[in-house]
Parts: sequence; structure tokens; C-alpha cells
Amino acid sequence: MSGVFNKVVASITVRAVFGRRRALIFAIPPLILILVTLALKAARPPGAPWPGRILGDFGFTVILPLTALIIGTSVLGAEIDDGSIVHLLATPVRRSSVIVTKFAVGAVLTMAFVAVPELIAALIATGTFGKLAIGLFVGALAGSVIYNAVFVMLSVLTTRAIAVGLLYVLVWEAVLGNFVSGARVLSVGQYSLGVANGIAHDSALHAGLTLTTALIMGAIVTVLTLVFASRRLSEFSLKGDAV
Amino acid sequence: MSTIELANVSRWYGNVVAVNDITMTIGPGVTGLLGPNGAGKSTVLHLIAGFLAPSRGKLTVGDVPSWRNPDIYRTVGLVPERDSVYAFLTGEEFVLATARLHELADPAGATRRAIAIVDMAEAQDRRISTYSKGMRQRIKVAAALVHDPQVLLLDEPFNGMDPRQRLHMMDLLTKLGAEGRTILLSSHILEEVERLADTIQVIVSGRLAASGDFRAIRRLMTSRPHVFLVRTSDDRLLGSALIGRPAVAGVELTHGGLQVRASDYGTFSRELAVLARNQGVRLREVLPEDESLESVFAYLIET
Repeated sequence: MSGVFNKVVASITVRAVFGRRRALIFAIPPLILILVTLALKAARPPGAPWPGRILGDFGFTVILPLTALIIGTSVLGAEIDDGSIVHLLATPVRRSSVIVTKFAVGAVLTMAFVAVPELIAALIATGTFGKLAIGLFVGALAGSVIYNAVFVMLSVLTTRAIAVGLLYVLVWEAVLGNFVSGARVLSVGQYSLGVANGIAHDSALHAGLTLTTALIMGAIVTVLTLVFASRRLSEFSLKGDAV
Repeated sequence: MSTIELANVSRWYGNVVAVNDITMTIGPGVTGLLGPNGAGKSTVLHLIAGFLAPSRGKLTVGDVPSWRNPDIYRTVGLVPERDSVYAFLTGEEFVLATARLHELADPAGATRRAIAIVDMAEAQDRRISTYSKGMRQRIKVAAALVHDPQVLLLDEPFNGMDPRQRLHMMDLLTKLGAEGRTILLSSHILEEVERLADTIQVIVSGRLAASGDFRAIRRLMTSRPHVFLVRTSDDRLLGSALIGRPAVAGVELTHGGLQVRASDYGTFSRELAVLARNQGVRLREVLPEDESLESVFAYLIET
């Protein structure tokens, strides 16, 4: 209880997330990924280089960030939006503990809803528990962690976290990341692909960063965003009277 | 440890000043933070509760600043105005979770005690989403009391409550104040605060308009000049009779009727009908023109 992870905060967060209708949306992207994989598996002959492309490009640039965005902004942003966060903050719990716990819950949920389906889809696509399946699974685990740190921070920074997160994913990562090589250094999607490719060594993944760069940048971004989010939450303000 | 002190505290948002140079000390007992809507009451409460940083001045609760200091919640309980609680929890789960967040030695025992104080034991196993507004308010008070705080801050605690729930809450707050706790509640309804608070702090337009014993301020409020609009069968005749009365400070003939400024509210109220009858004038309408709380507060600022 006195550690950074707070069980009570985690329990409330999980119940809050699954108590909302938005929770049903979590299951849709991974379901699409598995259905697409099944369809391609049925349509394509074995041996073609499609598993890396579909599970890397589609899985890591669409499914992973969108699911992480929905979950990462749910674990804290929804409480800030409806004001119930005040009941949590009117206790002596450290703000860093609130942030780390919310982040951990978001990361684990994203792993369950993205990394595990990525692994299942990879097993369906390749038919073996090989390097590609392991690489995609570990890459998705890393992406779940880093994306959630970023989206939890966005929840504290702005009430429009989903819109800002979408802009980041769609404009920065999907457009700039493809055309401007420097943008990849600040792309969580590229960190995830870098980790996946570091294990899988599959050119179809289109990884733009090395494993080392991806790991170092991912760790820096995670730590910095969590520290910044904790500082901002400790300055959480309530609006006063209409003036 | 239970004194709240504000020294020259101001809070502004850009060019808008929400709280302007307020100095006050709030000690044990029930204190009412009174003022019209938008006057700055909630801003003052949020500043005290550590949910807003003062732009200027010094604010302490039990000698320590409340801003960026979560440790004050060991001695402070907050009941926010916004009706947003974890509706998916039962009342007991909500209070128990709060007790655990406070890291109390016996969270279950503290939860039972707090729920008993607000008389919610019967409904404790129901989800908060099924509660009425009054029940939600009470379970919020239970959560705010679970760690036995010396200071309890309540923002508009009677909003949305029916009369029976209001009475229950008033009794509870009176009892908590009598136990030596510092209870500060905001309200824009004079009568609520009148029944509860020993002292009041009146906030108008972000400024402290009056401060101190409620009865003295109430006397000041009732002895202020009152303006009435009187419509009669003969305004001019009644007007000439009224101006001769000591309880009347001024009379003006307007298109809508007589505008009468009474210097003594009670005497004027008693004399008006008698005077009209004696003059053979029929009273058609008597309307108080300045009974809004805003006008009462505006008068307090002027005096």
C-alpha cells in the first residue's frame, strides 16, 4: 500500500473502466486484427511475406495505438472529466502513486487487448511459435507500456486527450513518421516496431529504428511522461465559481 | 491544528479576479461561507482545500499550506459540490475505499462508524447509482468523515436535498461542530446558514463583505432600507400620506406606481394597510423590489 502501486486505486480504476460502455470498444480492434489475419490466411498461400506486413503495419500503426488511446485516456481522463477524481485526490495518496497505478492498469489492459491478440494472430498467420510471433508479442508489450504513459500524461494535460492523441497517432506517427526519418525518433509506434524487429529480424515489419534506439527512447519517453504527469496531477485544480 | 487562515489571499484567472484580497480566520464550530452565486465561495473553498493555488497571499490549514500538500487530507475532509462519485460502487465500498486510501488502521471499523454517523447503514449495500441526491450527499459526507478529520469543508451541501434531508444534514453538521471540529460550508441560501452557523463570512464579487457573528450581520441586513413598489387606486394621495410617516425615507411617483423607500421595514409593513384604509385608498399591489440576496449583499458592502 505504501509503495508506488496502489491496490485501491487500481481496483477502482479497473471497475471504472469496465463499468463504462467504452470498455466494449476495447475488444473491437483486436477482433478485427484476428479476423483480417484469418481472412488473409485463407486467401494467401503459405510462405508469402504478408504476416510481417499486416501484423506490423496494421497491427502496430493502427490497432495498437488506437486501443492504447482508448484505454490510456479511460483510466484517468474519464475521472477527471466527470470530477470523481476529487474523491481520490482528497486523500493523502501520493500523486505519483495515482499516475503510476493508472498507467500500470492501462498498460496491462492494453497488453491483454492488443499484445495477446497480436500473438494469437501471429500464430495463426505463421503457424509456428517462431521469432516473428515472439517479436510481435514483445513489441506490442513494449508499445502498450509506452503508449499508455503518453496517453495518461495527455489525460492530465488536456480535456481533449482523445483528440490530441488521435492527432499524434494519425499525423505524427502515420504521416510524418513515414516521410520524415527524424520523426521516427519520437514515434512510439516505431519504438514498438524496433523492439519487434530486434527479435524477429523481418524486413516486412518496416522498422525504422534499431532495437537499442527503440529501447532507450522508449524508456526515456515512459519515465519523462510519467514524471511530468505526476507533477501536473499534483497541481490539479478545480474550477471555481463562474466569474 | 484545525484553524484555517487566509492572509490577503487573491486568486485571478487572466484578467478576471475571482477572489480579491481576502483575510479571514476560521476556527472550531460551524462557519457559513455565504454569498450569491458566482461570488467566489467555491473558489475560496477550493483554495482552502488545496485544489487551487492562491495567486497572491498566504493560506494555511493547521499552520501548513494546503496547495500541493496532500498530507493535509489527514486532517481535512472535503465534500465537493459536484455530484460525481464512483456510481458503480456501493456506498460501503466507496467509504471503505476512501478509508483504505487514508491507510487507516481499521478501515472496516472506520467505514461502519462513518456510515452510521450519516445514517446510511440500510442503504450501504446498494450501488451509489441508485441513490437519491440526498443519499449521495450523505455518503460523500461519510467518505469525508471516515478518517475523523478535524476540518470539514462542504461546498453547497444542501443543493438538491428535500426538506427532511436538509434537516438531517443540519443536525449532523451542528453535532460535528459542537464536537470541536472546524466545519466550513458554503451556501447561497441565507436561511440554511442562519440555522447552522455561529459565524459567517459573506463573500460578494470576490471580496469579503462581512465577517463575524451571524445575528449581528442579520440585524444589519433586516435594518437596511427596503424598497417597495405600491400600486393603488390613488397613488398621489397615498404618497403624500406616506411621506409624513417616520418609517418612510422617501416616496417617488412612477408610471408603474409608488416607489417607497422604507427605513423601518417592520413599522412600514404594519402601517401601510392602516394608512391606505384611513385615506380611502385601495391597495392593488405591494411588491418588495430589492429582496434578492444580491441586493442584501450589495447593501452589506456599502455599510
